[in-house]
Amino acid sequence: MSQNLSNVIKQAEQIILGKPLQIRFALACLLARGHLLIEDLPGVGKTTLAHVLAHTLGLQFQRIQFTSDLLPADILGVSVYQRPSADSISGEFKFHPGPIFAQMILADEINRATPKAQSALLEAMEEQQVTIEGKTRPLPSPFFVIATQNPAHQIGTFPLPESQLDRFLMRIQMGYPDARAERGLLSGVDRREIIAQLHPQMESSELLAMQKRVREVFVSPVLLDYVQAILRHTRESARYTHGLSPRAGLALLSAARAWSFLDGRNAVIPEDVQAVLPGVASHRLQAIGEYSKHNSDVLVRDLIEAVAIP
Amino acid sequence: MNKFLTYGLLLSILMVIAPHADHLPLWVSSICVGLLSWRGYLAYSGNPLPKRWLLTLVTIACIAGIVISFRTLFGREVGVTLLMLLAALKLMELRQARDAMVLIYLCCFIIITNFFYSQSIPTALYLFASLMVILTTWVHLQAQNMALKPRLRVAAVLLLQAVPLMLILFVLFPRVQGPLWGLPQDAYSSSGLDDKMSPGSLSRLSLSDAVAFRVTYNDKVPRRDQMYWRGPVLWEYDGRTWTAGRTLYSVTPEFTGLDQAIDYTVTLEPHNKTWLFALDVPDKLSIPATLTQDFQILRKEPVNARIRYAARSNLVYRANPRESERQIRRALQLPRQFNPRAQQLAAEWRAASGDDAAIVNTALQYFNRQNFIYTLEPPLLGLNGIDEFMFTTRQGFCEHYASAFVFLMRAANVPARVVTGYLGGEFNDFGNYYIVRQSDAHAWAEVWLAGRGWVRVDPTGAIAPERVQRGLSAALSDNAILPFMARNPPQWMLNLRMNWDALANQWNQWVLGYDSERQFAFLTRLGMESLTWQKIALNMMLGVGLAIGLFALFMLRHLIARQPDKVQAAWLKLCRKLEKSGLPRAPHEGAQNYAARVAAVRPELEGNLLDLAARYSALRYGGKTNEQQEQEFIRRATKFSAFPRKRESG
Repeated sequence: MSQNLSNVIKQAEQIILGKPLQIRFALACLLARGHLLIEDLPGVGKTTLAHVLAHTLGLQFQRIQFTSDLLPADILGVSVYQRPSADSISGEFKFHPGPIFAQMILADEINRATPKAQSALLEAMEEQQVTIEGKTRPLPSPFFVIATQNPAHQIGTFPLPESQLDRFLMRIQMGYPDARAERGLLSGVDRREIIAQLHPQMESSELLAMQKRVREVFVSPVLLDYVQAILRHTRESARYTHGLSPRAGLALLSAARAWSFLDGRNAVIPEDVQAVLPGVASHRLQAIGEYSKHNSDVLVRDLIEAVAIP
Repeated sequence: MNKFLTYGLLLSILMVIAPHADHLPLWVSSICVGLLSWRGYLAYSGNPLPKRWLLTLVTIACIAGIVISFRTLFGREVGVTLLMLLAALKLMELRQARDAMVLIYLCCFIIITNFFYSQSIPTALYLFASLMVILTTWVHLQAQNMALKPRLRVAAVLLLQAVPLMLILFVLFPRVQGPLWGLPQDAYSSSGLDDKMSPGSLSRLSLSDAVAFRVTYNDKVPRRDQMYWRGPVLWEYDGRTWTAGRTLYSVTPEFTGLDQAIDYTVTLEPHNKTWLFALDVPDKLSIPATLTQDFQILRKEPVNARIRYAARSNLVYRANPRESERQIRRALQLPRQFNPRAQQLAAEWRAASGDDAAIVNTALQYFNRQNFIYTLEPPLLGLNGIDEFMFTTRQGFCEHYASAFVFLMRAANVPARVVTGYLGGEFNDFGNYYIVRQSDAHAWAEVWLAGRGWVRVDPTGAIAPERVQRGLSAALSDNAILPFMARNPPQWMLNLRMNWDALANQWNQWVLGYDSERQFAFLTRLGMESLTWQKIALNMMLGVGLAIGLFALFMLRHLIARQPDKVQAAWLKLCRKLEKSGLPRAPHEGAQNYAARVAAVRPELEGNLLDLAARYSALRYGGKTNEQQEQEFIRRATKFSAFPRKRESG
């Protein structure tokens, strides 16, 4: 792992106390060119995590606060009529890009907005380009979306359907900090001030190069056997409403590659797959019957324990 | 016990006992349904199973019920009832996997009992489906976490794998002559001709669709009006009922002037009587039987299983031109006290002509000209039945005509007798054979003419020639009360029916009728020589062994094909060493995770073990294989000890 990358991690860990795993998940997601969904209660540091990553990685940052009256144009941008001036004799429409035209987007509380606004964002995530008024405009690269969502049982939310959840490479939960980390948080300086003083540790071109190297991390046939065994198990088991899709299999592999890269290895080992499986699988699997009462973490842990390593 | 597994078992039992509801007492079915619903409710609500004393009470009550209603504890019906009730009761103490296993075996056994009652194709298909349900439940028992679809797939694969074994066992299992164990008489149900005839007996039989027998003609096919299949011959008349009287075995009939030989094969359905059917007059028969004086073919034992025989008949013949005095007397016997008008009519005919043949013709013309009606629903007749029929009602079915005709002949001093049997049949295009049903049952007459012997005379042909030429449905004007099969259904339905019967015929011939004779013939055709049953059994065992061996080879091919990975083998050996020291590796545990966990407990191993684990991961999951590194890893892993000797200091 490059020096810069470890600096990024170090810097992030200094601000987001007691959450090294979540930071790693977020970075792995970024390196695997996927998008991240953070699901938790308000106030546990979801936004801070996005801020810190954007600043330390030196990415253009935009935040979109999703509300129930948010319109697609608020995300994508609009064309506005310009009067004739010195530059142009006749008046013309000029495109004012929306907040989506940035390298890192924080889509805050995505499940507060209507499905129409949600899908505008999700399409942009999938295609990495937006089509506005018949014209296709590419989005900057790297392009990374961190969406946060409140637990769906809160009032006034539009929970994302399964097909749209599938667009996110990983879903993680922040969780409460432990006592020591919380003490540090309470006694320390205001996080916003620290973030404002952060220096980028990396350029975006360097990040793109890393993303390319992640894709080249080696995957052996034996490991593919293992991934397939996991997929097969989810399809044959009576515990889940339906098994993992081939796309989920691809997501699992690319996340495992990124995790392996973060560990400084150039080949994926089963431990990588196991490490990213909670992030990749928990929002794609739905338990049935008595198992649905279990926490999704328990489900994934059972899944890991049910499949032998080849 | 898993709720859904219980439902699976309930369904299995329900499927295998459902067909028995048709032939067991109502209370047995009710108790079974009651027990199954109770168990279903318990599974659904999650309530505890009933107490042991209650179950004992129910069991005793069931056995008492069996004793009261059957008055025995032995026999087929009782055995099946016991099995059904015990299966339903066993569900009540379904606690462990073992109980479920017992139930599954029990279900498989109850499947067999269904074949005591019916061996038709639909039954076989239904029981095949039941077996599929049982197998699926069994797979569920073994792999509780498997979803329904993969479970069904596994069960289907198991069934398919059993098919070759089934075929081998079917073809090669040594067949015993006759049933394997003596089934009680009630195992065979049948309907058919009887050895007596009274008004209404044949028309009742004509309402049945049941197949009497099937015929395949080898080359030539006789005309329809030659297809008289001789059954019981009736000699004695008491004024109402014709009976066979005493059959003479001792005298062999005498046939002369034989011509128009015809060869055919008959597959006879069981009818519980001793006679076999053949065209007049029979010449050769492929199975042992006796030809009586009145040309019936009788077997020693009743036909209570489907049999096949080849036969040859001569359609042109002179039968017993020299008949014994006693037989002639029998053929003239008459109860004189009944039917005076008919007797008077016969006497007039006799007075008008001295020639027997002329009297026969006069009688036929009489029937033909006097507005007789051929019908399945004739009016009821009183004491002087023939008089009423001849002069008042004039409506009758073949038995009325045959009976009246023979009565008139005897009254006119012409020796005559009634012959019952079947006439015609229905040609099946698809199987190229004739089906003769109970509805083809017929009665006709035979008269003895000096010099010509016994001559067949069918008075029905004088009234309704269509019956002889084309069949029952053509002869009856109002066919509403005819059996479905004898009516004139649309062509497609006819085709479907014929196809189905052709299939059923094949099934009868090749599956149910596959006896030791057929087995020997079939195996000889396959090239096996000098067959003994020991040899067949040996072949069967070899075949079964071969099939299982091939399956095993197919299933283990992955193990055979895959090169054992030396690196992995060395690592697993290392893991076993650690396991012996009390730190087993879970199957899902990766090398590095495992090493880290062990190192946390056994710090003295840390350095070496973590390094080895990292090397193993790199070698097994890394891209490039480096022979030298592999060798080094294998060497170090083999040398690894869970209890390293401490290096002596100094």
